Formats: sequence, C-alpha cells, structure tokens
Amino acid sequence: MDAIVLPRAGSAPSAAPAQTVIAVNGLTKRYDTATAVDGITFNVGAGEIFGLLGPNGAGKTTTILMLLGLSDISAGTARVFGHDPMREPLQVKRLIGYLPDTVGFYDNMSAADNLHYTARLIGIPRAERDKKIAAALERVGLKDVANKKVGAFSRGMRQRLGLAEIVMKEARIAILDEPTNGLDPQASLELLDLIRSFKAHGMTVLLSSHLLDRVQSICDRVALFNAGKIALMGTVGELGAQVLGGGFAVEVEADGGEHLAKRLAALPGVRQVSEPAPGRFRMVCDRDLRAEAAAEVVAGKGRLKQLSLDRPSLETIYTRYFQSHDNAREVPHAA
Amino acid sequence: MRREGSALRGLGVVTLKELSDHMTSARMRVLEWLVVLVALAAVYAAITQIRDVTAEDPFLFLRLFTTARDPLPSFTAFLGFLVPLMAIGLGFDAVNGEHSRRTLSRILSQPIYRDALLFGKFLAGLATLSVSLIVLWLITIGLGLIMLGVPPGAEEMARAFIFLLVTIAYAGVWLALAMLASIVFRSAATAALVTLGFWLFITLIWPALSPAIVTAFVPSNDEATLVIAAQSLARLSPSTLYGEAVMAILHPATRTLGPVYISQLQGAVMGSPLSLWSSVMVAWPQIVGLIAASILLFVGGYVAFQRQEVRA
Repeated sequence: MDAIVLPRAGSAPSAAPAQTVIAVNGLTKRYDTATAVDGITFNVGAGEIFGLLGPNGAGKTTTILMLLGLSDISAGTARVFGHDPMREPLQVKRLIGYLPDTVGFYDNMSAADNLHYTARLIGIPRAERDKKIAAALERVGLKDVANKKVGAFSRGMRQRLGLAEIVMKEARIAILDEPTNGLDPQASLELLDLIRSFKAHGMTVLLSSHLLDRVQSICDRVALFNAGKIALMGTVGELGAQVLGGGFAVEVEADGGEHLAKRLAALPGVRQVSEPAPGRFRMVCDRDLRAEAAAEVVAGKGRLKQLSLDRPSLETIYTRYFQSHDNAREVPHAA
Repeated sequence: MRREGSALRGLGVVTLKELSDHMTSARMRVLEWLVVLVALAAVYAAITQIRDVTAEDPFLFLRLFTTARDPLPSFTAFLGFLVPLMAIGLGFDAVNGEHSRRTLSRILSQPIYRDALLFGKFLAGLATLSVSLIVLWLITIGLGLIMLGVPPGAEEMARAFIFLLVTIAYAGVWLALAMLASIVFRSAATAALVTLGFWLFITLIWPALSPAIVTAFVPSNDEATLVIAAQSLARLSPSTLYGEAVMAILHPATRTLGPVYISQLQGAVMGSPLSLWSSVMVAWPQIVGLIAASILLFVGGYVAFQRQEVRA
C-alpha cells in the first residue's frame, strides 16, 4: 500500500501515507547520567500500525511517555494531531488511548467499575457511560465478566480490559506498550486480532515490542530501536531488502525444462539464483516474483511442482543487522 | 511554560473514588474500631473520675476531654497518640500503591494532571479522617450528656468545636507526612515503617530528647534560656504543638504556653478563665504551626510527585 522510500536512520522524516497524526522530530530524553532517547525522528500516518521494536531499555517506553506528556522532553519536538504533549497534555491525552506495559487495574473493583472510573476521568457524560462501557466490554469479549472483580482476572483478560478502555475512550490513536508481553500464544493471537480490528475501525496504532515475530504480522511499518536511536525504519520488506540484501526469497520446484536456473536469473528483479538441490531453485529477489517465476518455468517447458515465498522475518533482519553493527550491540538491558 | 486546562480537572472524580475506597476498606474499619474503643474507654474513665471529684467547675463539660484516670490517659492524650496512626494508615500507600498496582500510568494517561490525583487523594484522606473524628466527637459529647447529666454551655461547645478543628489539622499533618513517604518510597512497607518510626520518635522520644540536646549544646547557665530553647526544640514535633493547642483551648485558665515571668502575673487573677477569643489567641501560633506543617509536607510531596518518573 505504501510505496515509500526507506529512510536511513536519522535522515529526513519519511513520507508517511495519508495524514500524519504523530510527528516526532529529533526527540531526545536525557537523564543526569544517560541519554535514553537520542534524537529520533519518525512520522506515523492515520490508520497505520506502526511498531517500535527493540530490546528492553532501548528507549521505546520513554518515547511513548514523552508522546503522552508524562515525561519531559529534553530536546526536539513531538506533535500529536498538531498538539504539543508538553503544552497541551490534556488535549493529547484525550486523543490517545494508552495501554501500559503490564497494565494494572483496581483489583477490588469490577471490570465495569474500573471502566466507570476512567470514564468519569475522561469526562464521558453520565448518560452515555453505561452504553459505551457495555459496548467496549463486548468488543473485547469481556461482557460475561463485566461485574467480576478484576483481582480474579488473568493477564490476558487485563490486557483486553485495557483495550476496552481505549475503545470506550474512542481514542484516535492507540499506544500499546508491549501488549503481548507475558501472554500465552493463544491469548496473544486474540490480542493481535483485536489490535487489527482497531485499524479496521480507523484507529492509528503505535505499538512497542521486543517480540519481533508476533509484531511482524500486524505492523505496516516498524522502527528498530537500538540504544536510544532508530537504527532502521520502514516496512518489513524494505528492511529485509536493506539488511539482507534481498527482501524476498522465492523457492521453485520444477521438473524438466531447459536451463531453468538461467531463465529464472534473467527475470528482472532477481538478484541471485541458487540450486540447493536438483530441480529446486532459490531466487533472491526485490519483490514477490512468484507469478513471473511460474510463467517462466512453464515457458521453459518445465513442470512446476511447488512455488513458495519466504517473507523476510524481522527476527532475521534484526539479528543480521545487529551482527553487522556489532559495536552498537551493547545495549544495557534494564529489567 | 504554561499548560492548557485546569490542573484540578478530575479532582472531584478522584476524591470520590478514594473516599469510597477508604470508607469500604477493611483497614479503615479496624482503625476506626481501635480509635473508638480506646477513646470511649478514656471518656468513661474521665466521667467516673469527674463524678468522684465534682467541684465547682464552670467548664465541667470540657473535663470530659482532658481528665485522666489511672491507668488510662485522657481522651485528648489518646487522640494525640492515635490520630497519627489513623492518618498514616490511610496515607502510607497512597501513591506507591498505584505504582505497585501498575495503575498510575494508566490513570495519568487520562486527560487529567497529576495535581488532581494527589490533591484528590489528600482531600479524600482528610475527609475520611474528619468524618471519623466528627463521629467520635459527637459520641463523646452524647455520652457526656447522658452520664454527667449537665448540659454544656455555649462557650464550652465552641471550645469543644475548636478542639475538633485542631484535631483535624493535626491529622492533616500526619496524612501529608504519610503521603510524602508514599511518594518518596516505592515500597509501601518501607513507607509505612519509616512513617511509623518517625511517629514513635516524634511522639515518645523527642519530648524527652529535646531538653537533653539543649543542655548538651546550648552554652548557657541561665535557666530561662535553657527552658525556652528546649521548648522551641520540642515544638518541632506536631504532637507537642497539638498538645499545647488543646491545652490552651480546653483549659480556659491557661494564660501562656511558655514559661511565665513574675512580671506577667502582675494583676492576674490566678485560675480565672480567659475568654474564648483570648484562649484561641494563646493557641494561635500552635494552630498555625500545625496547618503550616501540613502544607509544607504536602508541597514537598507535590514537588517530588511532579518530578517523579511515571514508569514502574
């Protein structure tokens, strides 16, 4: 959908699709002894799911807190729908729904009561509260336990209750800090589905995570954090192209045919073709070339047996990137 | 830098929520029972004592609060000792509790300022304490009416009421101190231990320690200088201030809370009561001291909270 040029870290802000809802420019957070966030620049477009990825302590949460106006900005600017979180924190916080890392609720209160409290803080009129809370709980699948005390909730249920709060708030932007952290695979899949449905409802989502494979499936674009800086930014495909040298690997299995390897290598966009086993070809290409490869095999009088595409995994990109930047790898891991 | 919107937006919501938390918490119930039982015992003892030694006392009703009968201390002494315990019990986990429940960042990401959260918690705590103290005060007066059979006069009621206000101010000091600890210490247990330790030190040890410090460090042989210095030191403790203020309000004959010079007694009719206004004037520095101490402690907590990182 978004054919944007991959910006190098620290270069000019990327041309984000549609309207820019979050604009961050040279954002910096300095503590007495350390710099937690060091001059990062990125834009998030409306309706996008943008991932902040990186190891613990790389500055993701600090960035989020600065966007919310909960932490002072040392240098640079951040704008949320044009509002400055430092000067207009109430406006910004009205627009953003925030799910903190391991969100907490008042255990002695029921799920609905917890949302009631937040609804009053937000200033939702009394007449609408019950309706909105019920709808939000229904949406995240907690309708049946609306009147149960949160103390008995599992971690996954708490996370979903946190999402219900964002739904109830009708936030334009959802900022989710490590939403799948500590969830079992089933619960985290459900949670990711919910997050996808946010996007479908027109919400912009900014999420941070160190669990790369989970996040890869839902993010439109990602920014890889390393030691307070954005090391890489773009779509997963673009990052793959940049770091791994070729974004896509197409595997072709075919019988017969003449000089299949040569024919495949001649396709535009193919960087390299290898033949790991007789009749099996592995093409490294810039884009998804499955259709072209199939046509080429048939044209070469081969019989196509299998065709598959290996998407570049963030995990691989990440590992490879930090291997090649070994000196930059020493990231202090805060708990 | 000027920020948009009111710093107190959401104050009412926070206050009401905290108030309902306090009113329904088991902790509060235990504290209330402790205070009520102990205070009633003191009042009962006072009443029996007063009956035994009934004299021509124009302020008989006020003796209800101040009379002690062995082995029980007086009602006011009990309050001076137990009100801090109640206040600490309400405040020691006000902020770090939100941290450990991991609710703080979620609540602060709603469109309110931190001010509202902190003010709301303090107001709710103070309101809870006030309600308990007012109830206790009414019970005591009711008990006095029934068992003494003497209706209090208007001035007695006015003095009793001022005593109630002073007690609430005293509770405010300890509540502000407990909340300060709850902001500074991330663990609720640490905050509770530190405030309780401080409370024991201030109420039990400090009054005995201050004369010793003075004799050790003040190079003077003048008796009056030493006494005044010791008293000034002792007045650093809110418990001392409270004790003195209560003394002036409930004992109308109290003419001064410091040492009395012979010259000051010239023309004075010993033992004759002061007017209500004069008594309040005698206690005024102490009352202002209590209010100032709670404001100071609260501001300290406020500044610390504003500078604090939200992340857990």
